[in-house]
Amino acid sequence: MGVLETHSATKRFGGLVAVDSVDLDVGEQSIHSIIGPNGAGKTTLFNCITCFYKVDEGEILLEGHHIHFLSPDRVAQKGIARTYQNIRLFANMTVLENIMVGMHIHTHYGYIDSLLRSPHKKKEDERVTRESSSLLEFVGLKGKGDLFAKNLPYGEQRRLEIARALALKPKVLLLDEPTAGMNPRESEDTMRFIKRLRDELRITILLIEHDMKVVMGISEIITVMDFGKVIAEGTPEEIKSNPQVIEAYLGHGAAEAAAM
Amino acid sequence: MKERKWHFWQSDIASYGLILGVVVIAMSLVGMVVSFSDRHFISGVITEGQLLLFLTVVIVGYLIARGMEDKSPIKVALSGAGIGLISGLFLVALVLLINIKPLDLRAMFVNASPKLVKALTFDKGLETGFIYLLLTNIISGALGGLIVVIPGVWGSSLANGALITILIGVLTEIWKTFLPRGVSKFLFVGRGFSVVGFIVTFVVMVGFLIFWGFYGQSVSSGYKKAEAKQPTGVKVTTWVIGLVFFLLVPRMVGSYLSEVLDMVGLYILMGLGLNIVVGFAGLLDLGYVAFFAIGAYTMAVLTSADLGLFHLTFWIALPISVLLAISAGVILGIPVLGMRGDYLAIVTMGFGEIIRLLVLSDALKPVLGGAQGLTRIGRPVIGGLVLKDPPQFYYLIFAGIVIGWYVASALKDSKLGRAWMALREDEDVAQAMGINLVSIKLLAFGTGAALSGFSGAIFAAKINSMVPHTFNILISIYVLSLIIVGGVGSLPGVIVGSLALIATPELLREFAEYRMMIYGAVLVGMMLFKPEGLWPEEARKRELHAEEEAEARPAAVSMERGRLERTGRSVGGTIDGSS
Repeated sequence: MGVLETHSATKRFGGLVAVDSVDLDVGEQSIHSIIGPNGAGKTTLFNCITCFYKVDEGEILLEGHHIHFLSPDRVAQKGIARTYQNIRLFANMTVLENIMVGMHIHTHYGYIDSLLRSPHKKKEDERVTRESSSLLEFVGLKGKGDLFAKNLPYGEQRRLEIARALALKPKVLLLDEPTAGMNPRESEDTMRFIKRLRDELRITILLIEHDMKVVMGISEIITVMDFGKVIAEGTPEEIKSNPQVIEAYLGHGAAEAAAM
Repeated sequence: MKERKWHFWQSDIASYGLILGVVVIAMSLVGMVVSFSDRHFISGVITEGQLLLFLTVVIVGYLIARGMEDKSPIKVALSGAGIGLISGLFLVALVLLINIKPLDLRAMFVNASPKLVKALTFDKGLETGFIYLLLTNIISGALGGLIVVIPGVWGSSLANGALITILIGVLTEIWKTFLPRGVSKFLFVGRGFSVVGFIVTFVVMVGFLIFWGFYGQSVSSGYKKAEAKQPTGVKVTTWVIGLVFFLLVPRMVGSYLSEVLDMVGLYILMGLGLNIVVGFAGLLDLGYVAFFAIGAYTMAVLTSADLGLFHLTFWIALPISVLLAISAGVILGIPVLGMRGDYLAIVTMGFGEIIRLLVLSDALKPVLGGAQGLTRIGRPVIGGLVLKDPPQFYYLIFAGIVIGWYVASALKDSKLGRAWMALREDEDVAQAMGINLVSIKLLAFGTGAALSGFSGAIFAAKINSMVPHTFNILISIYVLSLIIVGGVGSLPGVIVGSLALIATPELLREFAEYRMMIYGAVLVGMMLFKPEGLWPEEARKRELHAEEEAEARPAAVSMERGRLERTGRSVGGTIDGSS
């Protein structure tokens, strides 16, 4: 049994079935990729897992507990953090503040503490600032804490978004195309970094990715989606030679050509 | 390269000039020029109405010059003079039209009066008057254009010195109240500057600004050094001096100005509250006056001797008023939890109207007084002293602002403040960060309402009798405007905004008539030229500072890059730093 499971999760928008009874089993501390052509329903699946969308049918379990009826903030508190395909930072907040917002659920003081500026609040804020700074150092953004997030270069914005998700101390990290818009060398760095997250922080990683070289390089399990359905699942080796996958990606003729 | 032929109708001079012409005509026809003409800026030389016209020409002259590629003195002066000439011709045409008897312009525009003609022609008859009018317009435009030529400190000092001098001249009455008699006799004649007074004030102001421009930095860095050496000592001294100053203000300015300050103070208190809702959390609330009304009415109902329902004292009614306002804030908050932007604004606006109609209603008349309102509201008593006149209320309001400021700044600098900012930036992502939107939205509405209710309660006790008409939507709009003008999300901005938007119309009675028009113009101007407000949030300053540092660093970075490349490692896009 995996840490994150979906059982025939289905999401419809009007007549369109964006996610069609998807079964997913993400193993503890694995790197699990979801691939598929545009419009296959990958991001919708992410939105369902984080409960930003409510699934119409089926269920989603985190560590064996049902979560599909929770609100997105509860899901985040339970241990699922995510990044977005089009970077969504708090653009007009500083880099450090972005991380500190990520630490919100691990900052333990209340309204009255804030009003009175109690010693407990001060201590907590100091701790959170310290932890946020070391997180920035971890992702290589040391010394940039006071910059506005929107003024970071593209690659650093991606890193900051991952750092913000890490600040939640998640059990499962959902990365939506973390290498989008990067050149091959940057993609490679990112992949090394993702591996490091799993190895050092022991986080389970579920990612959507388009770059095949990258996906084949780091994934342990790959799930292939097309038209909302899972059409194949397996190790990179298995996926590479799966005719259905080749067909989905390259069209019918290509599959036949590969078979010959 | 072949030079393109210059066409007047395609030039900036034509477009700026025509717009300016329309603006000055509009200002004349709505009556601004005439109503300001009773006051002299420099006695016997120029009235405030004329000043208003010429200042507009100066500003447009500056704007056209600022946009020019070639900023040679002759060209900018000529462009400025050009638009001045156009606006002058517009005004001449206006005067001529007014003087065509059969046309009877006055039937349509009540302000197209002989008085306007007199103001525009400097009371010198038509022919000479026209020459004066054209010349003054041309000179104003040229001066405006030339501002861009003067370099750095000199230019800004001249422009700001002129602005300060104008401010002093326009608000003559205020300075008269606390300047020594001899000084004010020397500077002012009647309700304006004397000629000598004007020159002296202008020279002194510009001189001071130039001095400050060149030596100000060493003064403030000296202060910082002293602060670094003795942090608590200097800080405490600054605070004490500030406190003593604010406590002495009503003694210095007298009763009338204290009344104005009280009004400003009540708006500051409201502004601090709305700033939490709109500025921090980004929830556009247009019904904010409702909480002010609830605070005021609670105070009135609980203490009014006429109503005789309760006989509570001010100090017991005050917390109840605040608590009721908070409850109202939370109750309003619940139905609008899922709403954003425009929808939220419309619903809150409706809430404000509902409260106003409730207090107006006949059904609630026995309790709330209906359209006649409530009278004989309880006065605050401190140790046997009954607070009655404006200077006394000043202290109460001042204390209120200190509390409001403390609350706002403490919350801003906390987990909740950061969550609000995240909510303002991106609601969905904030929720994905584990932030409970329901609770932080309700806390924002509740805290904002508390400060508004607080302000309302003091207001009720201060004016003693009130009518429901007071609590109309305009108050919400004033408070929102002062926040925008001061700087959204900025605490000092609330004070600056209140002084600019609330104190100025109180002081310039002639101005009050055109209040909404000028608010509109000011808001449009702010959005175009200074969207961050007069006193923006601190984070922006910090950001600028960090950028400067980043610019100073590249040398070090490129050195490191060279070293890394020699050792054959990848740099630049490294995301893991461990490579």
